[in-house]
Amino acid sequence: MSDIAALEGISRAVRFRLIEISHQAGTAHLAGALSCVDLLVALYWTRLRASVESPADPGRDRLVFSKGHAVSALYTVLARRGYFPESRLDHYNREGAGLPEQPAPGGVPGVEWATGSLGHGLGVGLGMALAGRIQRQPYRTFALLSDGECQEGSVWEAAMLAPRLGLGDLTVLVDFNKWQATGRSTEIMQMEPFGAKWEACGWSACEIDGHDLCAIVQALAEETPEGKPRAIVAHTVKGKGVSFIEDDNNWHYRSPSAEEVARARKELGVA
Amino acid sequence: MRNAFADEILKLAREDARVVVLSGDIGNRLFDKFKSEFPDRFYNCGVAEANMISMAAGLASCGLRPVCYTITPFVTTRCLEQIKVDVCYHRMPVLIVGTGSGLSYASLGSTHHSFEDIAIMRVLPDMSVLAPADANELRSCLRAALASDAPGYIRIGKKGEPVLFPEPPPFEIGRWRIAASGERACLLACGTSLEAALTAATDLQAGGRRPQVVACASVKPLDEDFLRAAATDFPVLITVEEHSLIGGFGSAVAEFLADTGLSRVTRLLRAGIPDHFLHDCGEQDHARKLCGLDAPSLVRRIRESLDS
Repeated sequence: MSDIAALEGISRAVRFRLIEISHQAGTAHLAGALSCVDLLVALYWTRLRASVESPADPGRDRLVFSKGHAVSALYTVLARRGYFPESRLDHYNREGAGLPEQPAPGGVPGVEWATGSLGHGLGVGLGMALAGRIQRQPYRTFALLSDGECQEGSVWEAAMLAPRLGLGDLTVLVDFNKWQATGRSTEIMQMEPFGAKWEACGWSACEIDGHDLCAIVQALAEETPEGKPRAIVAHTVKGKGVSFIEDDNNWHYRSPSAEEVARARKELGVA
Repeated sequence: MRNAFADEILKLAREDARVVVLSGDIGNRLFDKFKSEFPDRFYNCGVAEANMISMAAGLASCGLRPVCYTITPFVTTRCLEQIKVDVCYHRMPVLIVGTGSGLSYASLGSTHHSFEDIAIMRVLPDMSVLAPADANELRSCLRAALASDAPGYIRIGKKGEPVLFPEPPPFEIGRWRIAASGERACLLACGTSLEAALTAATDLQAGGRRPQVVACASVKPLDEDFLRAAATDFPVLITVEEHSLIGGFGSAVAEFLADTGLSRVTRLLRAGIPDHFLHDCGEQDHARKLCGLDAPSLVRRIRESLDS
């Protein structure tokens, strides 16, 4: 089995597990979690230099998961990567379990930042990247944003500063699933040309299929011109992986029933 | 005060390699020395304060001690959510310094006035709020704030404030200090209002009724021990601040007196900015008079309260 096929298998398993915990917890935001699974899997299995044994190592690569409402995807990936036992996911959003519906400070290992209010993660990531340069620590900082989130002005404040500071160790990934809470992101605001916006701000930008693991791995590995931060605009499908969730924005808020979990299991081919 | 800030932060940067200054496109030439000595520890973040605060939190999370500096409204209310979420929620040791606080920029209009910053900053968990009275007390406050591992906010004036302390006074967060002794009434002066409070006290002395004057740079936390004793010792307490009467230092004192039951043993008067915008043009002294924060207005109020 190729490496990419192995990653695809991980993605399917992650998708099923997060559907399962969304059902157990009765939580919202499943579809936006499903859309960023492939990005997270590629990042955690091929790119992020971070040790599960010492998640607070000052030299680690960092991911600021800025679309905090989709944190169930991050929890599931972190558990599967070994940051904490998978069984703990069964306590997602339960009182006192440390796995809140949106990430909190000092929660489970591997969660770098508490987010949930959109538009904060890129600025925080910029600060982390700058700290790495000041302290001569050669780590890389990633920030994962939603497309709706990019309607926040603060995102563009950070976007205009990072290239001026020459922060080549900063990468932004945008989960461009074309939906936000109440409608098409591209209809509510002028999102396009999205990649060109980042280019215009001075980033080395690319647009990829955010479910093509080969393309994601390649985009993450690619060298960029000296001192230019990297923007990866990933075209994704909200609810990716399950036919009755895909591109149906009711799943921004809905959580699946037991019967729907069973159907999803079948579709994803998870034992 | 801003020159003292630039000078003291340079000294602190020499002592502590973690100190990084972020400016919101302000301080033309003010930081030239800092920039030439520490080019990789000074960043002009542009006219983009929200990002400046998030960025500071990111820097702090990696072990640095960022100090964010620009005009008060822009480094407090403009980027409030970033301060709440990225700084306070994560309890990051970010120091926010607002210059031109209160009515310092009176002539620039209400966009540049800040009489809500204390109210808004003090409501944030883990945030300390300091308001030094002059350039020397600012130096002390800055050192104390940087020695703390928690978020901090310092509101300062701009330039030309009179020197009230001949040298940086001993200062501890949560501790006040008697600036002039007296009796019957106790003037609790927050920040640069100390000057008017001291002048008022001197004027009152001529009539044989010199009140005590206290330098209250630590707004949050209050010096509760001091306040408890003052409430017992003085029949009248008067707070003075260049801030709205809603939510500021006087409100904090009123809350404490109410919560402890001490409001039964002393009377509290509060001098501050009334609940409306200032539309008149003019300099700081003019604005202070309009708000009853100049020494003659304070003298009148204190006389009335002592006579009643």
